[in-house]
Amino acid sequence: MEIFLTYLTVFAVGGTICIIGQILLNLTKMTPARILVSFLLAGVFLEAVGLFKYIKDFAQAGVTVPICGFGSVLVKGAVKGANENGLLGAFLGSVTAASAGLTAAIVFGFLFSILFSSKNKS
Amino acid sequence: MMDKETYAELVSRTAPKSKHFSTIIRAFLIGGLICCIGQAFADIFAMAFPYLQKDEIASVVTVTMIFSGAFLTGIGVYDDIGNFAGAGSIIPITGFANSIVAPSMEFKKEGIIFGVCAKMFVVAGPVIVLGILSSALIGIIYWIF
Amino acid sequence: MEKGNQTIIFEKSPVIIGTYSIVGPMEGKGPFGTLFDHVIEKPEWDEPSFEKAECKMHRHAIIHAIEKAGLDESDIDSIISGDLLNQMITSSYSVREFDCTYLGLYSACSTIAEAMTIGSLLISGKHFKNIACVTSSHFCSAERQYRYPLELGTPRTPLSQWTVTGAGCMILSDKGIGPKITMATLGKVIDYKISDVNNMGAAMAPAAAHTIITHFKETKRMPVYYDAIVTGDLGKYGSELLLKLLKDAGLDVASRHFDCGAKIFGDDEKKYQGGSGAGCCNVMFCSYFYNKLKKREINKILFIPTGALMSKISSLQGESIPAIAQAVAIENME
Repeated sequence: MEIFLTYLTVFAVGGTICIIGQILLNLTKMTPARILVSFLLAGVFLEAVGLFKYIKDFAQAGVTVPICGFGSVLVKGAVKGANENGLLGAFLGSVTAASAGLTAAIVFGFLFSILFSSKNKS
Repeated sequence: MMDKETYAELVSRTAPKSKHFSTIIRAFLIGGLICCIGQAFADIFAMAFPYLQKDEIASVVTVTMIFSGAFLTGIGVYDDIGNFAGAGSIIPITGFANSIVAPSMEFKKEGIIFGVCAKMFVVAGPVIVLGILSSALIGIIYWIF
Repeated sequence: MEKGNQTIIFEKSPVIIGTYSIVGPMEGKGPFGTLFDHVIEKPEWDEPSFEKAECKMHRHAIIHAIEKAGLDESDIDSIISGDLLNQMITSSYSVREFDCTYLGLYSACSTIAEAMTIGSLLISGKHFKNIACVTSSHFCSAERQYRYPLELGTPRTPLSQWTVTGAGCMILSDKGIGPKITMATLGKVIDYKISDVNNMGAAMAPAAAHTIITHFKETKRMPVYYDAIVTGDLGKYGSELLLKLLKDAGLDVASRHFDCGAKIFGDDEKKYQGGSGAGCCNVMFCSYFYNKLKKREINKILFIPTGALMSKISSLQGESIPAIAQAVAIENME
């Protein structure tokens, strides 16, 4: 029962974030790149003011799988670095925390673009 | 002939709009589903590798999701999902992977260096630049105060 | 021709002695699919890139149009050609194997009308005898130049149009049997400050209306003179706007209006507004309308391809979309 509730929350929160994105897509002339950036910055902001933690405890993957999760990871790393290593830490921290995601994106991006080609649409 | 102001008003009044209801429902369903898949990966990894830290599990999930998004783009499925789901498949991290693989695959014909490598971040570049920029700024602010 | 007039009446009307159309698989499945001369099975057409496939279609259309017109390659004096790609690589690269003069044109999707006008002037002025007018577009090569990579998961808006994969070629001659190009009304660049790159129909409709109104005013003809008034690729919504603009100006053409873009894919809802691209109205003219003219099912057409003249750079810099429409009158003589 508990697990069902967890997944329901994840679904509802993740879905709701996408609804906001869809409304922006429908009503404004925002391109997908702008949508991605907006949600990333929303994640950055929520993490910076300390709210993201609470949402994450509640919604788990519902808020970490959307791109806001990536923004939160970056800020968390930068803040942790700044606390531990000062100014250098602020520079080291963000990418260190996000290195798995960035490296995965580049490695798989390169691999699959070598293996596959664009196809026509119908 | 009709003047520009009247015409602009006519166009903004009569141009066909996106179907709000159905696009929103689809974004909700697919967006929620992708997040649940991420949650399922997290639960499975936590069970399979009990020695991993919470942060490490989060990283493994991110890598898995990026792999899935990249793979579905490679086999030509992700854009069909995107056409159906709209923001529902753009906002999850799989959409980020899609925005990296799609251009580098497309520009492969122009070579490895100027095609694949140079075009990899034409769509996702702003996300990385602004993400790192803003988080570094916040780190510096924390350092100052 | 009076100063300020936009209409040219050709002293010696050139004859369209042959046409050829080749389209992609998606167009082949549409309601006009059986009328095209050739339907390629795959958009790559066994070439390593979509640009090269477009070149191959372009060249194929020229070679077979010359053959269908009963001429030899050496009879062709000039090829007038255009496409949508940067620096018109499709046109230039596909004509490099022909031993004749070449003029490359760009006015987006209205290029074919510009080619017909210049070809007619060259023949009417007795400078040349046989001219090939050819344009093409390819969905896959246009998509990445004007929009996004093919595999990017971006939803299409209800206003979007699909670039037609296809090439059409017509042979103009100073003699022979066939419908004649009698007049051309050149267009002006009209900008009604539409800046939504997805809404090209709305950007082009005022240009089409302007050229059509000018044509009827200067020639003193009435819409009933023509059996069909054929616009390029305004799409379904753009056509509605055009009819409204014309009605406002006192011209009722609704019963004889036909928009190639709105019709080429039929009522397929996933194609939204329909087709567009330099190949769109050209393949429709070279197949459907040319056949009807030849069979004398219709005898007088006003053909008005429209072009949206923006680029990715201009729209990123916040510019609106200027548009142009060129009208050409094609008639069967008694």
